[in-house]
Amino acid sequence: MQTDFLNEARRQAEICNACRYCEGYCSVFPALHAERAFSDGNLTQLANLCHNCRGCYYACQYTAPHEFNLNLPQALANVRQQSWEEFAYPQSAAKAFQKNGALIALMATVGFAFFFWLAKQVATIGGEGFYAILSHNMMIAIFMPAFVFPLVSIGISLRRYWRSVDGGPVKFVHLKKAFIAAAGMKNLRGGHGDGCNFEDTDRFSQGRRYAHQAVMYGFLLCFAATSSATVLHYVFDMPAPYPFWSLPKLLGVIGGVLLSLGSVEMVRLKLKSDKTLAADKAFSGEVGFVGLLGFVAISGLLLYFLGSTTAMPVLLVLHLGAVLAFFVLTPFTKMVHGFYRLAALARDAQRTK
Amino acid sequence: MNKHSTTPGSNWDVVVVGGGNAALCAAMTAAEEGARVLILETAPKAYRGGNSRHTRNFRCMHHGPLGPLVDSYTEDEYFSDLMKVTGGKTHEGLARLAIRSSEECLPWMEEHGVRFQPSLSGTLSLARTNAFFLGGGKSLVNAYYRTAEKLGVTVKYEAAVTHIELDDDRVSYLDYTLADKTHRVFPKSVVVASGGFQADTEWLARAWGPAAKNFLIRGTPYNRGVVLADLLDQGVEQVGDPTQCHAVAIDGRAPKFDGGIVTRLDCVPFSIVVNKNAERFYDEGEDVWPKRYAIWGRLVAAQPDQVGYVIIDAKSLNLFMPSVFPPIKADSIEELAEKMGLPPVALKSTVEEFNRSCGDTSNFHPTELDGVRTTGLNPAKTNWARPITEAPFYGYSLRTGVTFTYLGLKVDENAQCSVGNRPIANLWAAGETMAGSILGQGYLAGFGMTIGTVFGRIAGKEAAAYAN
Ligand SMILES: Cc1cc2nc3c(=O)[nH]c(=O)nc-3n(C[C@H](O)[C@H](O)[C@H](O)COP(=O)(O)OP(=O)(O)OC[C@H]3O[C@@H](n4cnc5c(N)ncnc54)[C@H](O)[C@@H]3O)c2cc1C
Ligand code: SF4
Ligand code: SF4
Repeated sequence: MQTDFLNEARRQAEICNACRYCEGYCSVFPALHAERAFSDGNLTQLANLCHNCRGCYYACQYTAPHEFNLNLPQALANVRQQSWEEFAYPQSAAKAFQKNGALIALMATVGFAFFFWLAKQVATIGGEGFYAILSHNMMIAIFMPAFVFPLVSIGISLRRYWRSVDGGPVKFVHLKKAFIAAAGMKNLRGGHGDGCNFEDTDRFSQGRRYAHQAVMYGFLLCFAATSSATVLHYVFDMPAPYPFWSLPKLLGVIGGVLLSLGSVEMVRLKLKSDKTLAADKAFSGEVGFVGLLGFVAISGLLLYFLGSTTAMPVLLVLHLGAVLAFFVLTPFTKMVHGFYRLAALARDAQRTK
Repeated sequence: MNKHSTTPGSNWDVVVVGGGNAALCAAMTAAEEGARVLILETAPKAYRGGNSRHTRNFRCMHHGPLGPLVDSYTEDEYFSDLMKVTGGKTHEGLARLAIRSSEECLPWMEEHGVRFQPSLSGTLSLARTNAFFLGGGKSLVNAYYRTAEKLGVTVKYEAAVTHIELDDDRVSYLDYTLADKTHRVFPKSVVVASGGFQADTEWLARAWGPAAKNFLIRGTPYNRGVVLADLLDQGVEQVGDPTQCHAVAIDGRAPKFDGGIVTRLDCVPFSIVVNKNAERFYDEGEDVWPKRYAIWGRLVAAQPDQVGYVIIDAKSLNLFMPSVFPPIKADSIEELAEKMGLPPVALKSTVEEFNRSCGDTSNFHPTELDGVRTTGLNPAKTNWARPITEAPFYGYSLRTGVTFTYLGLKVDENAQCSVGNRPIANLWAAGETMAGSILGQGYLAGFGMTIGTVFGRIAGKEAAAYAN
């Protein structure tokens, strides 16, 4: 790993360890104060425990122009960003996409083009609704590998992470703790329940936490919608289209609305935030990623509402293209942070027993 | 007008001088009483909040658990803790007023945006007596500025008050400079909360002698005592000994100003401390460190060049809180001496003599007075005396770090200033600048913020009442 970022994080962690004023903000500080010297693995773990709420920046008496020049949120963001690139499989893909919104958009366009081409080739095969454009089996044939590949890739990455942070054998209680903390976004509450300092310097707000909840739960609901449709299709032999009062539609519409609103709000907050407290040059990649996620949600919703109009084929192709890009890019975009975050929380659960 | 510009619409009810804890408490209270309030803070926004931005807790009386505080801490216990550290040099009436009011301060602080956290790791001994601010003093200051602005308080940064004109027993106007221009305002009431004078090293040198030029200032460079001097010159009643200041021994590599908490060194009890001639000068193991912390500032100040050197060996490195600068490290005592600019032969012989005087160390206990002492050594080391033998050896330099000064404005229980035994009708003082009215010497951790909060609120209330 590039040692500059690690050394800078180490320098700052040593100052925090002598100060400790921020102990109550998040899980980073208790973990930090448990060490006396910081190995690269320690710093990687601390970096992945941090979610850039910035509480510790605005509270710090040593930020620039003070000569100690503390900016822990950025120091940890740089190490974190770098750890994702380093542990990714294949690494070059992460190096290309993590910080590059334009490339993410390009990838989505490639996805669109691919489906346009495919639709042209197979449109004549027949079927109803969406399947008049692409048969169900065809979609599965495309999406299964696009789904399995990221999982394998992320699995490899997490193993690399676990080694680097010296993780022990994972027990159920570690995972349970990690999921509970993530589900409530405990750490985004800021230690006092007032939220984080993100969009308006030192003012605490729940804005980012709520937006992030909407994105996360929206995404999970959409995912559940697709999964339930797959089960209906194969297990109960009930192919789409589904009526509104069906599991796939209900989950999908609620999830889609949450995901759309959450993504738009996330981008809005990000635009207002101080970029010097985030990872170097990662802004475009992050906004590109949230943009793609939002696009998936909005195009999915439109597809539902305009599914019986002539706009349908175009919308379907755009939606599927975006979904494909999203899945394939999961290990190489901000999306991967969720997996690392869970791993870091599980590792922290091992530390605190 | 002549060279003074009077800001239009500047008919302020209350002008508060300073932008730290005491100033903000006064400003918020006055604004809540309906006054039009102006804060004049000499620091730029990034450095607003004086020494208050460096604090971590305040000491609070309580009956039963309160916020982050456990058990209870009664008025009498609090007062007797105070008497112990001040050696009796305490104004009992004002001290008890501060102590008694501290209990209602905690919820008031929460209402005004302050958040607390359990006592920090490594400070368990304070869990009952001191309430820690989540994020430390700067987050407290940030929260207060937000609340003050919501209450309609106007804040001007880089506004240095240069003069408060006293006309018999009332203030008639106040001058401040902002962006190279002098401004004059005519407020109905004035609250002075501009701290001590420790950042003016010339003044420190006048009080202490030239040695003071080598002192480091632990907090803000902006507390230069300009307003304090201006008022004392006009005969406003003073209190406190100008030669008294709270000083501790901190890492000699700390910046001249604003090094704050991270420059403290807790390793003295496990070390030997020598001066620049490599001679020991005091019992390093006299008592547990929190109790001895404050005397080492003076001890180091009395050494040549006002500098000391702490020497420990490998077995002691992990016994104390880490500090901001890594220690100087060497494989032999001579090499360490060279790296630290000490005479190698002399240091070696001091260490050897110390080592020879150490006895049985099997009772060594890092957190208790263990009675592991030297014999036949002068000065003796009376606890934690283990020979310094295990390489690598580590060293830190020590300098005197001044926290605050005691000379200040004398106030009564209404925080009101006086001139020639008569109260000044519209002048109040709060915080460090009047703390000498309560403490003559010594210091109790967390009492500074208590004084600022209690008397800031009193001053704000009185100032608003006078203006209305
Ligand atoms: C490192 C450190 C740690 C400390 N920790 C604690 C602790 O944990 N608990 C505790 O109780 N105490 C602590 N103290 C002591 C504490 O800081 C003070 O008692 C307290 O902050 C005093 O508050 P104040 O508002 O009176 O002064 P300050 O907070 O110092 O505010 C003075 C203000 O006046 C302004 N000013 C000065 N001159 C002028 C002028 N001419 N015109 C306009 N503005 C002016 C300054 O810029 C500043 O904003 C600590 C001190 C230091 C240095
Ligand atoms: S971020 Fe600043 S205030 Fe917080 S623990 Fe670190 S040094 Fe202390
Ligand atoms: S930015 Fe927030 S989460 Fe990260 S270390 Fe600071 S307080 Fe903790």
